[in-house]
Amino acid sequence: MNAKDVLGKQGEQLAAEHLQRAGLRILDRNWRCAEGEIDIVAAERRALVVCEVKTRSGVRYGTPLEAITRQKRNRLRRLAVRWLVAHGVLFDEIRIDVIGVLRAESGDFTVEHVRGVG
Amino acid sequence: MPLARTHSIALVGIQGHPVEIEADIENGLVALLLVGLPDTALREARDRIRAAIVNSKEAWPQRRITVGLSPASLPKRGSSFDIGIAVAILGAADVLPAASLADLLFIGELGLDGRLRPVRGVLPAVAAAAAAGFGTVVVPADNAPEAALVPGIRVLAADSLGSLLGWLRGGCPADGAAGAAVWQGGSLPPDGGGPGPAGAEVPGCDLAELVGQPTARRAAEICAAGGHHLLLLGPPGVGKTMLAERLPTVLPRLEAAAALEVTAIHSVAGTLPPGGPLLSRPPFCAPHHTATKAAIVGGGSGIIRPGAASLAHHGCLFLDEAPEFSRDVLDALRQPLESGEVVVARLGQTARFPARFTLLLAANPCPCARSAPAAVSSAAARSACTCRPAARRRYLARLSGPLLDRVDVKVEFLPVGRAELLSDRQFAEPSSVVAKRVELARQRAAFRLRGTRWRLNAEIPGSELRRSYAPAPGALAPLERAMDLGEISARGVDRVIRLSWTVADLANVARPTIAEVSYALGLWLGAAS
Repeated sequence: MNAKDVLGKQGEQLAAEHLQRAGLRILDRNWRCAEGEIDIVAAERRALVVCEVKTRSGVRYGTPLEAITRQKRNRLRRLAVRWLVAHGVLFDEIRIDVIGVLRAESGDFTVEHVRGVG
Repeated sequence: MPLARTHSIALVGIQGHPVEIEADIENGLVALLLVGLPDTALREARDRIRAAIVNSKEAWPQRRITVGLSPASLPKRGSSFDIGIAVAILGAADVLPAASLADLLFIGELGLDGRLRPVRGVLPAVAAAAAAGFGTVVVPADNAPEAALVPGIRVLAADSLGSLLGWLRGGCPADGAAGAAVWQGGSLPPDGGGPGPAGAEVPGCDLAELVGQPTARRAAEICAAGGHHLLLLGPPGVGKTMLAERLPTVLPRLEAAAALEVTAIHSVAGTLPPGGPLLSRPPFCAPHHTATKAAIVGGGSGIIRPGAASLAHHGCLFLDEAPEFSRDVLDALRQPLESGEVVVARLGQTARFPARFTLLLAANPCPCARSAPAAVSSAAARSACTCRPAARRRYLARLSGPLLDRVDVKVEFLPVGRAELLSDRQFAEPSSVVAKRVELARQRAAFRLRGTRWRLNAEIPGSELRRSYAPAPGALAPLERAMDLGEISARGVDRVIRLSWTVADLANVARPTIAEVSYALGLWLGAAS
């Protein structure tokens, strides 16, 4: 595995732990279909939460949260629908969350969770 | 608190309108949205502000930021909202105490490195802020002397966003913070010490240098005393331009209110001298004859800029080679000549610029511009005018009748011989002597007009002139005769009466008599020097 993929895995693990601590139920991780991949699928009360995790080792190329564009958000929305169809479950609400994980020089991670980006 | 509020000023012409800047931070994709009719320069503020905040060692909020400028329907242009937007964003991000920002007003542009850059139009903007009840404005350090001209306002001048933030965080408005200084508005001594000595000292320029043209010097004195318009007609090299350039040297300094008004116009145009910004001398503006209508009366796409006519407000507008100006440019001057202001209408907004100037026109008598065809010797005949009468007539006809009708004094320069030059030398008075007479005459007029909003004889409207300022009984006889002969229009009669008041003021005569009216009529019809 490349260094960047190791970092990505670490970030996703941290994000999942963060969500669990925040009281969300993790339903699925790294779910793939023809259109792409969902990092984390979780449930919070009656809402389906599709979570995109972005991990970076520095802000030289922008912060992790900045890397999520409108196109990316729209794709996550389509993926959410595909996940629901594939699993045949119903939710009151679909929410897209973004989790930015940043590794500082010291090796410490900071996790930032933005709920409901659209 | 995810919401913060600051204020700035949007300028339309030289009129400032308070603008409320709101910044709101909410969950969403990282973005900065700017709403409220921004133009291109203001839209680019998004990138400037981000770089400036990051380079001032502050964190850029990783959220969806919405910045609203209200009233939303007022078009906002330029870069002077940068500081206000940046501070509002930092207030919404809880970097600054949002409550302390709401009463402040910010004007200025941000550099990418966080420096505060000076902008145009600070004086009218700060004046509008004071009128709207703001007590403190923040401006870039380079604009501070200009902003401090406004009485009754506290000006905080900062050189960078970093030092400004230090001051705002401290909460206490003290000038202890490095890179920031507090100026008290209206505390600056006006440039050169107020409306004291008459006559602007322009180095190397004095009316006494215009030897051989006593009539023209006298005409300049009368125009300066009463604010009348002047046409200088004559062949090249007799001193038309010289006279026009020396007219400001006999004008008194501007009064405080007028100086502020003139400075505000020049501030919007971006023509203020750095350092001592208050213009206390009457401006002199001499546009080239290729100037467009927008350059003369004001206009331009986007930000409406004042034209030469407004830049010459309370001063002189000199059109050299007047017939070479395009006709619609000259005729566009008719509105400001009549009303003293220019109204420029552009998409969605109308700008008013004051434009009460003394018009100076200089013209050659014909296209070849050689001396008059009254040649006697054969040598003179060779250098005499070769234009046909029709060409001469057409040339001066470019100055339209309605325009010439508004010119009070017409002087024809004749070429001078050596003997005249030498003999006139002892009579030519320096500008300082003439300026004293002009100031005395202006004081007499101002005393007579006290209680009205006019200061100069040229400003008295026709109806008022006939009602309250009629010349002595019987003094109008020469005018009635000229009117019967069709030499003068009804408006011309009013103009001659105003002129006769100025002649009387200069001669310290209480009321124009037949002598002053005859003299004024001679000036109006065109006197040969």
